[in-house]
Amino acid sequence: MATRKQTSTRVTRQARAEQRNGKHRPTSRTGTGAQEAALVVPTGGTRGPRGYRPPKSPPIEAIALEERAASIAKRSIKKASKVEGLKLAIAMMDLTTLEGKDTPGKVVSMCRKAARPSERLDLPSCAAVCVYPNLVAVAKRALEGTTVKVASVATAFPSGQSPLAVKLIDVRRAVDFGADEIDMVIDRGAFLRGDYGKVFDEIAQTKEACGAAHLKVILETGELGTYDAIRLASDLAIEAGGDFIKTSTGKVQPAATLPVTLLMLEAIRDHVDAGGRNIGMKPAGGVRTAKQALQYLCIVKETLGDEWLDPDLFRFGASALLNDVLMQLEKERTGSYAGEDYFSKD
Amino acid sequence: MSEANGNTGRVPVEKTYKLFVKGEFIRSESGRSLPVPDAVTGGVTNVARASRKDVRDAVIATKAGHHSWAGKTAYLRGQVLYRLAEVMEGRRGELVEARKGAGASAANAAREVDASIDRVIHYAGWPDKISLLVSSLNPVAGPHYNVSHPEPTGVVAVVAPDGDAPALLGLVSTVLPVIVSGNGALVLAPESDPRTAVVWSECLATSDLPGGVVNMLTGLRSELVSQVARHMEVQALDVWKSTTVDDALAKEAAVLGADNVKRVKVRDGRGKTFDQWASDDAQGLHCIEPFLELKTVWHPVGL
Repeated sequence: MATRKQTSTRVTRQARAEQRNGKHRPTSRTGTGAQEAALVVPTGGTRGPRGYRPPKSPPIEAIALEERAASIAKRSIKKASKVEGLKLAIAMMDLTTLEGKDTPGKVVSMCRKAARPSERLDLPSCAAVCVYPNLVAVAKRALEGTTVKVASVATAFPSGQSPLAVKLIDVRRAVDFGADEIDMVIDRGAFLRGDYGKVFDEIAQTKEACGAAHLKVILETGELGTYDAIRLASDLAIEAGGDFIKTSTGKVQPAATLPVTLLMLEAIRDHVDAGGRNIGMKPAGGVRTAKQALQYLCIVKETLGDEWLDPDLFRFGASALLNDVLMQLEKERTGSYAGEDYFSKD
Repeated sequence: MSEANGNTGRVPVEKTYKLFVKGEFIRSESGRSLPVPDAVTGGVTNVARASRKDVRDAVIATKAGHHSWAGKTAYLRGQVLYRLAEVMEGRRGELVEARKGAGASAANAAREVDASIDRVIHYAGWPDKISLLVSSLNPVAGPHYNVSHPEPTGVVAVVAPDGDAPALLGLVSTVLPVIVSGNGALVLAPESDPRTAVVWSECLATSDLPGGVVNMLTGLRSELVSQVARHMEVQALDVWKSTTVDDALAKEAAVLGADNVKRVKVRDGRGKTFDQWASDDAQGLHCIEPFLELKTVWHPVGL
């Protein structure tokens, strides 16, 4: 046992050094023996008393990932299929407002828009609205009798830098107010210092606090630094019980990108292929145009198939996207490019 | 010229004539080009042939350009337009050569460029005087001040004079009165001389005019006019009938523009002589006014 412990400490130190140097690999390739290799844990091993072993994530080939995402983004979607794709994108949208200046008035008007995106076109409702906990009750009331769900961010959104007890109260309150879905943030600080046990525990306990509400786990990929770290965080969030994995809070740049989404979808695919349950995906922040939305749909279809082209398994977290999609649909209907002054802003 | 270069063994650097959008010189998104005969060399030059997508991008650029330009003080707009005249003076030779390439005689080309520069100077004096002349304090039956003052219309598409019209003077005479008040201009360059339009765009690009205030698209009017006219972000349409915009196309543009409540101004540039273009009657407030909107404000008296 003494040897085990020693080895593990050494690996941890070395991995921490790698982290400092900006290298962030899920598997260390410096192990010498088979026994040692078996002990090597992704990105620096564990800390703290929990002794949690994070999942073994495969290494990510960054260039191949980006090229594949870029090649899928070149698919040409026109005319009728474009209209169908855009309607699907609306049905998958979590219309979001997460600002300090949010008021009940703004949330109510956003809810109306989510329920009926356009008075001129025959369109599906959005999947959900996403608001802060204080506005959940307002949204719930505004959406009575519609199919639109209410999602609430919680767990000290957006930083996640609060004690777990506070985060859990945050979640329970949001559920009490009527939230159907909870968008939690992981503790990126803990993740980056290698304390995966803490991250895992917090997700698992948040899931428990959610009760019947669906849990989306925000990884905040823009803060994780490398594709390998994002893959590891995805695997970890899935293992800990998240129903959805979500790229970003929208408060950090870069937010959702095509390569990151592809890589997270691959994590879901691998999980499902290994016999796991279906996990949803939600890119958020940075998806502003109808064209981008179609690119995301292509990536979903080509990675996970038609089953995932469903609001239960794929969502867009967006605010500006809806108007651009409406403008494109209006263009398809009238033949004229639409002007943004003809659509409500909030 | 090519022989002289041949003697020194130097390969001359040819200009690539591109679109001018958002302050940048870009190729058409479609990758297409149009051959234009060169009267000086007897050869052919290729210019970019804008597509529908280019129109759409240019509209977005014009909108942004208008917002930034209208936010500047009238005084500064005047300074920038004066600077445009300075830059045109500096590039006088190039502008003359470009006009000669489209078939103008050396004397006519020089006369036209001079008249164009003078016209820019004329408009450089206008920005801080428009509201003095167009604003009014209106008499109302009640204890209110009622004030009207002009604002720019917004995104204005200019289908510039073409055919026999002097290309540079035609551009300057139609684009300057549009931008002087803070509008953004999306310009469809004359098909008879797109190269001069591009050389003039280079003057615009180097004159402190914010990117996107003027966007110049070269290409076929028959493809582009209806696209511009039906675009909902374009607030006004200034169409000059010419060899490339006949009565039917002008009418189509006017109808499409009316459908989405644009301001449409259709004028006939056919058969207008150089002297008519260059005369004092072809410049001034009456050219600026069609692209202004009056805003009226009520204010209680005594507060």
